[in-house]
Amino acid sequence: MTDQTLTPEERAANLKGMGCARKRVEDMRFTQGKGNYVDDIKLDGMLFGDFVRSPYAHARVVSVNKEAALALPGVIAVLTAEDLSPLGLHWMPTLAGDKQMVLADGKVLFQGQEVAFVVAEDRYIAADAVELVEVDYEELPVITDPFEALKSDVVLREDLAGQTEGAHGPRKHHNHIFTWEQGDKDATEAILAEADVVAEEMVYYHRTHPCPLETCGSVASMDKVTGKLTLYGTFQAPHAIRTVVSLISGLAEHNIRVISPDIGGGFGNKVGAYAGYVCSVVASIVTGKPVKWVEDRMENLMSTAFARDYWMQGKIAATKDGKITGLWCHTTADHGGFDACADPTKFPAGFMNICTGSYDIPTAYLAVDGVYTNKAPGGVAYRCSFRVTEAAYFIERMIEVLAIKLNMDAAELRRINFIKADQFPYQSALGWEYDSGDYHTAWDKALKAVDYDGLRAEQAQRIEEFKAGKTRKLIGIGLTHFTEIVGAGPVKNCDILGLGMFDSCEIRIHPTGSAIARLGTISQGQGHATTFAQIIASEIGLPADDITLEEGDTDTAPYGLGTYGSRSTPVAGAATAMAARKIRAKAQMIAAYLLEVHDNDVEWDVDRFSVKGAPERFKTMKEIAFAAYNQAIPGLEPGLEAVSYYDPPNMTYPFGAYICVMEIDVDTGEWDIRQFYALDDCGTRINPMIIDGQVHGGVTEALAIAMGQEIAYDEMGNVKTGTLMDFFLPTAWETPNYITDYTVTPSPHHPIGAKGVGESPNVGGVPCFSNAVHDAFRPFGLVQSHMPHDHWRIWKIANGLGMHG
Amino acid sequence: MSKMHVKLTVNGKEVEGLAEPRTLLIHFLREDLKITGPHIGCETSHCGACTVDIDGKSVKSCTTFVAQVNGADITTVEGLTNDDGSLGVLQEMFREHHGLQCGFCTPGMITRAHRLLQENPNPSEEEIRFGMAGNLCRCTGYQNIVKAISASADMLNAQKEAAE
Repeated sequence: MTDQTLTPEERAANLKGMGCARKRVEDMRFTQGKGNYVDDIKLDGMLFGDFVRSPYAHARVVSVNKEAALALPGVIAVLTAEDLSPLGLHWMPTLAGDKQMVLADGKVLFQGQEVAFVVAEDRYIAADAVELVEVDYEELPVITDPFEALKSDVVLREDLAGQTEGAHGPRKHHNHIFTWEQGDKDATEAILAEADVVAEEMVYYHRTHPCPLETCGSVASMDKVTGKLTLYGTFQAPHAIRTVVSLISGLAEHNIRVISPDIGGGFGNKVGAYAGYVCSVVASIVTGKPVKWVEDRMENLMSTAFARDYWMQGKIAATKDGKITGLWCHTTADHGGFDACADPTKFPAGFMNICTGSYDIPTAYLAVDGVYTNKAPGGVAYRCSFRVTEAAYFIERMIEVLAIKLNMDAAELRRINFIKADQFPYQSALGWEYDSGDYHTAWDKALKAVDYDGLRAEQAQRIEEFKAGKTRKLIGIGLTHFTEIVGAGPVKNCDILGLGMFDSCEIRIHPTGSAIARLGTISQGQGHATTFAQIIASEIGLPADDITLEEGDTDTAPYGLGTYGSRSTPVAGAATAMAARKIRAKAQMIAAYLLEVHDNDVEWDVDRFSVKGAPERFKTMKEIAFAAYNQAIPGLEPGLEAVSYYDPPNMTYPFGAYICVMEIDVDTGEWDIRQFYALDDCGTRINPMIIDGQVHGGVTEALAIAMGQEIAYDEMGNVKTGTLMDFFLPTAWETPNYITDYTVTPSPHHPIGAKGVGESPNVGGVPCFSNAVHDAFRPFGLVQSHMPHDHWRIWKIANGLGMHG
Repeated sequence: MSKMHVKLTVNGKEVEGLAEPRTLLIHFLREDLKITGPHIGCETSHCGACTVDIDGKSVKSCTTFVAQVNGADITTVEGLTNDDGSLGVLQEMFREHHGLQCGFCTPGMITRAHRLLQENPNPSEEEIRFGMAGNLCRCTGYQNIVKAISASADMLNAQKEAAE
């Protein structure tokens, strides 16, 4: 069958555009071991860098003796703060407006902090030399508790002595970083004072870590002849890294080329700038040779980018029949030794003010106090938009706590408080405009899918059997309805280090009708090369298989702020559609010229422009592409390409309804996920196969966080969970199968209506698992217990409730 | 440090080189032989990104000295591609069932799955999950990996039947 005889539906299917479960183009190289990750990069004469790290959480660095290390054959250099300070590189700015030591400048503030950087001919010699660097420390009192930090006389950040004003306003104490307030405090407190019912609880979201399977690393190569620096690295935001490197090193930005090669998972871990990146650059400039730095797993867990660590004190007010009237939250945020949170500048606690969730709460107040402690810096958005998972966990726990207080079913309590479909766009009490949603439809679909009433009946029966001594296992039914805020964001209020959070796409159509597109984002497993080609295919009618995608090379890709916070589809995906539409607009003029009619006399038809009323007269996109390069068309430049820099008018608000059924052994604390149902509404669905994959992976990360994963410290500030022996990553054995489902409520302001999905399952999954644990013990009096719910902690819940006889 | 002579068969080819006694197999493969399919994820035998097949057993090459396996027959993910350059059955099924995302664990996963299906050509879902529990994935939640391995078993068995 020729192209001319196919139906429009058949022609559309051939494009493999939006909605198609297109197989991934990335997989050809990954399945054969032909990916190109940073540790795969090997340059001529390349040296290897490794860190001397502090064993202490708080100490003065009295002296560093490099002699023995430098005497080891194969050691090229040992860098300390003293060496970096003439260059002004011993400290670097953080994404949060604070500064951070690159190498210890007189003291250390957390265990694992970088003290010296050894450069050697290979990684074995570098590791040997690390052992030979002699550092004299003088221990100082350690503070790992943020509440204690705010009372203590011990000054952690002596460099800030006397500084009463921080990047985000006044500092109340020498270990205080900022206070961030949103909403109406007086009105909220008045409502709490007069409410029928007020539930109050401390909700702690523990410290954890994104822990991608590939750790962080970089290869810096300074070409002394051309003066050009090439920096390969695990960068989720390569363009921003280029600008930061330029600003802190003084190298002109055009002389810096940053390349993110394949990235082995990011999850927020690879957003920030780390000491290793800076030291590899300095070492390459100093030695004139390429220098590689790749951290090991222990270094990754103890020094780069923790997540969460939010103590959220909540009060929620309601009428007797369960209508929520007000929400109050005070958060104590443990930021560690430096404030290196990766948040848009104006949002020091990220989008924590999405904490009214899916509910129509007329009055609310949120305050967040950031605090320094002797822990690693970070505070990254681990598979969530900035602090959205904290917000979702907070509100979804508070709903459950309120349900207990009201003696109501938690599903019903949610239903009567949801924002209604006709209230969108919805203005929240804490300042956001939710773009679209239909929560009741999603909720009812979810409850029906799992036979919610049947589950509750089974649970009641199990409780009877338990009380009768016939079983030692309980059933927990975990509920969550979450609303995310992703796609940061509008340049008017979202920037990082002054860089507006737009994103970009450039498309070039080749004469023979294939194309290349380059974006300001960078895939870390999301499959951008597959899905963004699908957007273009649907928009301009060229097969996705004929479109190459490139990201991550700042010399070739247009500027963009990168991939994190579920922003690629909402922002760069929009840029892709808009660039494609520019091409289509020019293609329309070319087609009209070729068909000898006016521009407005042709119309778009899947993969061609045809004359209105005469569909047999048409020019396909392939024909138009060739004409763009070989015809002299009056009034039109040759060629067919376009670039779009997209500044989103608003965030997008994906939502979902998750239900988990968990069996819990009261005597051992062991759990088993019997069922997990995940309904996601991410607006327009680009590739359902990839969406399902994102949900499976995100819920599994949520399972890890809720059920065992933590970065734990002892009182001395020692990291107790520094290897994969102690840091919980679920295997195939304890991970369940997931049932995925969806509704589609497109975003009204996004060119293709897409909202983003990668992080929804983590945001929704964590409260869902945690609520299941709480729900199992609710009939026995449990109100609130902190995550992670590992076997030991679950056993302690049961024990504390007197269930062990 | 003095170096020793090592001789291996890797993906059907005889190779030799000099290595320090302390050189880990993963580093010898990646740095000396430039076989970069196997990856380093944890250095403690937990994640399995470095899994290779040694004399018919799945082994984590990040905690094995190359000196320990002198003379061994080693297969990495690169050796599981068909001779004509097309994807092997497991590679194809991982792609077909979206059994990978960032791709970092994939070489170890596929190499382990290859051995699992030699050990047990008809594994149940439970047996696949247990048999793959030494390999961690942070992206997929395993559901599609299990599907891919199960589909590979079916396909390999069908191929075997057709050949008999």
